[in-house]
This record gives sequence, structure tokens and C-alpha cells, in this order.
Amino acid sequence: MMAFFVRRTIGAILVCIAVTFIVFIIFIVVPGGGRLGTAERIAGKNATTQNIINIEHEWGFDRPIYVQYWRMMKRMFNGTLVSYTSQQNVVTQIEEGIPATFSLAIGAGVIWLFFGILVGVFSAIKAGKLSDRVITVLALIGISMPVFWLGIVARYYLAEGGLTSIFPDGEYVPLTDNPLQWFWHLVLPWTVLAVLFIGFYGRVLRGNILDTKHEDYVRTAKSKGLSSRRIMRKHVLRTSLIPIVTLFGLDFAAVLGGGAILTETVFDLHGVGQYAAQSIGNFDLPPIMGVTMYGAFFIVWFSVLVDLFYAYLDPRIRPT
Amino acid sequence: MAERATETEFTLDAPAQSAAEEHGPAIQGRSPWYLAWRRLRKNYFAFFFLLLFLLIVVACALAPLYASHVAHTGPNENHILETVRVNGVPTDVVSPGGVINGKLTPSLPIGPTWFGAGGRFVLGADGPNGRDEAVRLLYGGRNSLIVGIGSSIFCVFFSVVLALLAGYFRGTTDFVITRFFDVMFAFPVVLLGIALGTALSISGFQHFGISIQAGSLWIPTIVISYVLIPYVGRPLRGQVLSLREKEFVEAAIAQGASPLRVMFSELLPNIASSVLVFFTLIIANNIVLEAALSFLGAGVQPPNPSWGTLISNGRDFIVTRPWLSLAPGIAIVLTVLSLNIFGDGLRDALDPRAKVKVEL
Repeated sequence: MMAFFVRRTIGAILVCIAVTFIVFIIFIVVPGGGRLGTAERIAGKNATTQNIINIEHEWGFDRPIYVQYWRMMKRMFNGTLVSYTSQQNVVTQIEEGIPATFSLAIGAGVIWLFFGILVGVFSAIKAGKLSDRVITVLALIGISMPVFWLGIVARYYLAEGGLTSIFPDGEYVPLTDNPLQWFWHLVLPWTVLAVLFIGFYGRVLRGNILDTKHEDYVRTAKSKGLSSRRIMRKHVLRTSLIPIVTLFGLDFAAVLGGGAILTETVFDLHGVGQYAAQSIGNFDLPPIMGVTMYGAFFIVWFSVLVDLFYAYLDPRIRPT
Repeated sequence: MAERATETEFTLDAPAQSAAEEHGPAIQGRSPWYLAWRRLRKNYFAFFFLLLFLLIVVACALAPLYASHVAHTGPNENHILETVRVNGVPTDVVSPGGVINGKLTPSLPIGPTWFGAGGRFVLGADGPNGRDEAVRLLYGGRNSLIVGIGSSIFCVFFSVVLALLAGYFRGTTDFVITRFFDVMFAFPVVLLGIALGTALSISGFQHFGISIQAGSLWIPTIVISYVLIPYVGRPLRGQVLSLREKEFVEAAIAQGASPLRVMFSELLPNIASSVLVFFTLIIANNIVLEAALSFLGAGVQPPNPSWGTLISNGRDFIVTRPWLSLAPGIAIVLTVLSLNIFGDGLRDALDPRAKVKVEL
């Protein structure tokens, strides 16, 4: 277990280093544009010539490429990355967005895992029947809907200022301010974000269950005379859920790490993702840099935790 | 060559033929592709949705015709100050805002005329510019489909090449390629797309003698194909890796086949069916991703329309002119749904036991 832990940690550190290279390449190397061009991009839309020259000097765009990399990473790690358009510190802004992003991710995660499993099990039990087909088509429609469009439509039909005004219209209310309002404001974003995953998880789980059903040990359980309910719960579902748990670990990490940009933007939750999205309009790069890199770091370390938890539960995967 | 000729003399054709004469007609050999086609042919559900997808493609391809013959306007033409006759009543394309009856009313584009204006503004006019929404919907669909299909071609091509390289050479090559996939998996797809899309949308791409302008459709195409490479490459690599252990590969190598030959004429045909399924499903995925990036402003750049930008523009008028965002959304859902259903049918036909799990 200890060896696994050490190896996984070293691997994660290496991936993080690679992530810093990729972020550097994406923002500095790939767009190109020479010394001033790069500085101009970092400076944002409304920069003066003097600003651009200062940035060129501070970020070292007039120096060799490894100096540029070093200076950018120094800025990233000591938390002095600043958006030149709004003059705000990127790390502080991200920290402010974290409660909203986490609230959205955790609630949606609970919903999509629960309903995903429910849909998967139900359609696997009813496989081939009409109800299975209806659910399969509904799940496909759920997968095919762009999440931001669903959000806009849901807001229009269900939220305040739209047609029915059942739910409040977006905005995030901190949990510590008013738990009831916090919940009430998040119901719609949670549901919208979860719909896509419910359809997807339901389909994957349905396939897994149908595969597992033909395993020998399930036949053995059946011939022992166990009830079908017990076989499903204790024998089939246990194996079929393993890939779902893996998938959930990955998706949940992505949503926590800023992957719910679209939902956050549509419902105006002021989360981490929305912070990045707002910066796109101004072509303000430092916030996007920050969110991308910190988000990737978070995902890498979160998946280490998930793996450790996994290894603790299931000894078979430790050597890998 | 001489060796080959002697080889053919020792085939089992003659005994097989005489056996067939004794036991009735010989069993006809069918290629796996033909068998798959036979299974697919019976799946009317999948075919119906393929037809729907093709219909959407044709409609979008005919956008210029619709624009010039029905709507009499282009996708980026403004009609702010014009009036149009709707069922004989002259109506402002964009009603001027201001104080009307003592109330402050914002300026409002015309709603759907549903052919009440002789084909003009069928779905109404967009936002403050008064552009014909139906024309923009078709042109936007063209851009969305070009980006979606184009990026899928690139993405699948590079994934296949990487998977073949990793699976054939194994060892260090495989290690490097899988680590590359691992690093890419650390980024949420939309976030990486935004990062690249924004960085490239400011000043374009100028490297290796390739020059791409900032507003070009190539930028979202490249960004989307790059971002999704690990999602296609990783499962394909696994497949190639297991095929690499099979005897026919060993036989080909023993015969002196070059690595390129083994990769492209031994391994590639064996993963072709999964590649085809991936290709169909990834187009669906890429259309949604393109819409998402364009919605956020990091994909197709205005004034170029795309389904994502149309939804984004329509958002400001969602309460007063809901069709501006409903129509492009429905277009996306129909396109993506039809591709997903057809892709599913294709997978069932090509791989009835569903060994490959496409998880997108």
C-alpha cells in the first residue's frame, strides 16, 4: 500500500509538471506573435503601449524561452498572477468562486449518481420491453442536449422572470448565509447539470448489468435458488457498479475542477468556471490560465485520492 | 514470385469443390462488412435517424440558395431600419425602443413570421442587428457541421495514428503516448477548449509555415480535434495492443513485413469497425462541444454564425423572442440525437457482442 502511494504520488507530480508545460505552450508558444504580440495578448483588450512594454519586460518575453517559462510559473505558484484588464488577483478571484462551484458539483453529483444508477438498473431489468426502449430514447435525448441550452430553456420555463417563476432566477446564495435559499437557488442548476450524466451513466450501467448477467457466478447464484432481487443487489450490481464508480471519480473531479463552466455561466452562479468564461469576452488571458492550470492540478490530486481510496477498497488494483 | 505460384497449386480448392458437389451448394463466404450491412439494413430505427441527419446536412448545404431565393438576404446583412409586410401589415424589423405610452420599452426584433412575409424572417430577426434568423440558422448549421465533421476527421486520424504507433512499437513509444493521454485527461474538455480557443482567437496561428487568421473556422476545428484525441486514442490503443499479440501479426512480421505494412494493412483493418463507430459518435460530441465553445465566445467568432453563437445571441431575448434560442438548440438536439442513434445502430451491426465500449 505504501509503495503504491509513493508511486502514485510521484506519477502525479510528473503529470503536474507536464501540465505546466502544456499550459505554457497553449498560452505563450502556440499563439506566437513575437515578443510584443505575446505581451499584447496577456495585457488584454484595453492595454496601453506602456502596459504592453512593461508586461513584455516583466514576463521576460524579450528573454529566452526557459526564462519565460520560469517567470510564468513563478507568477502562477506565488499567487501574484493578475488580470491586467480588471487589475484583480486571479487566485483571490478563484478562491471566491470555489464555494459556488463545489456546491454545484456536489449536489449535482449526488443527483446524477443516484438517478443514473436508478435508470440503469430499471432499464436493465426491463431490457427489451417498451419501458426500456422509452428510457433508452429519453437517455439519448438527455445526452444529446447541450447543457447550456437546457439551462437557458429551463430558466425560461421555470425560473423567475420567465413563464412560470417557480424557481429563483440563478445567482448563488452562500450556504452560511441562508441554507434554505442556497438549496432553492441550486435546485435548477443541479438538475440541469445532472441530466446529461444521468443519461450517460444509465446507458453504461445498463450495458454492464446485461453483460454481468451472463457470468457463471450469476448462474450459480440462480441455481442456488436465490431470489432475483437478491442476485441483482448482491451479485450483479456489485460488479457492474465498479466502472460507474471509476467514471464518477473522473467526472466529479472534472466538474469540481472547473468543468461546469457552462452551467455556472447560464445560471450566473459566479463559480470558478464562470470566472474563466467571463474573461473570454475580454480576451483576458491570465484568469483563463489560472483556472486551467489550478483546475488540472486539482483534478490530478483528486484522482490520486480516488485511486488510494480504491486501492484500500479493492486490493486487486494495487499493483497497477 | 515463383514461390507464390507453387503455393497456389497446393490449395484445398479442388477437394473443397468435390465435397461441395457431394453435399449440395457450397456455403458462400461473406465478408464481415457485408454481414454488418445485413444487420444494419434491418434496423429501420437507425436508418430513419440517418435520414434525418442527412436531411439536416442537405438543408444546411443549401443555405445560400435559401438565402438568395426565399429570404433575399445574407447571413450577416443588417435590416435595422427596414420594415417588412407581415400578412399585409407593415412591421418594423427591429422596433425602436424608447418611451411608449409612458413606459420604457427596449427595442425588439421582429418575431417569427412563419411565411407570413413571403419567406422573409421566417424565424424572426436576431438581436439588435435585425439579421434574418432562419438564414443564420442554416448558415450557422453549415459552420457547425463543417467544424463538427472536420474536427472529427482530424481527431480520429491522429488518434488512429497514435494508437497504431503505441500498440505496434509498445515500450517507450507506448509509454510516451500514454503519458501524453494522461496529461490531457487532467484538463476538463471544455476548459482546455476555451484555453486554446481564446489564445488562438486573439492573433491566430502562425507556425511551421501555416498561417491561420483569428476568425477562421480552422481554429475551432483544430482545437476541438486536439482536445478529444485522448478520448478516442486511449480505447483504440488498447485494442491495437491486444491485436498485436495475435498470431497473424507475428506471421506478417515473420514474412518480413515492414512496421508500416503491419500497422496499416494488418492492424488497421481490424480496428476499422471501431474507428467507424467512434467517428459517428464523435461527430455528435464535437457538434455539442463546438456549440459550447461558440456559446462562450471561444469557438466560431462573430459575425460568423454557428448554432452556439446563435443560442448565445438569443439569450438576451429569451423571454420576448424565445425562438431565437429555441430554434438553434432544437437543431443541435436533432442533429446530435440522430448521430447518436445511428452510431448506436452501427455499433450493434458491426460488433453485435459489443466488445468495444465507446464512452464519450
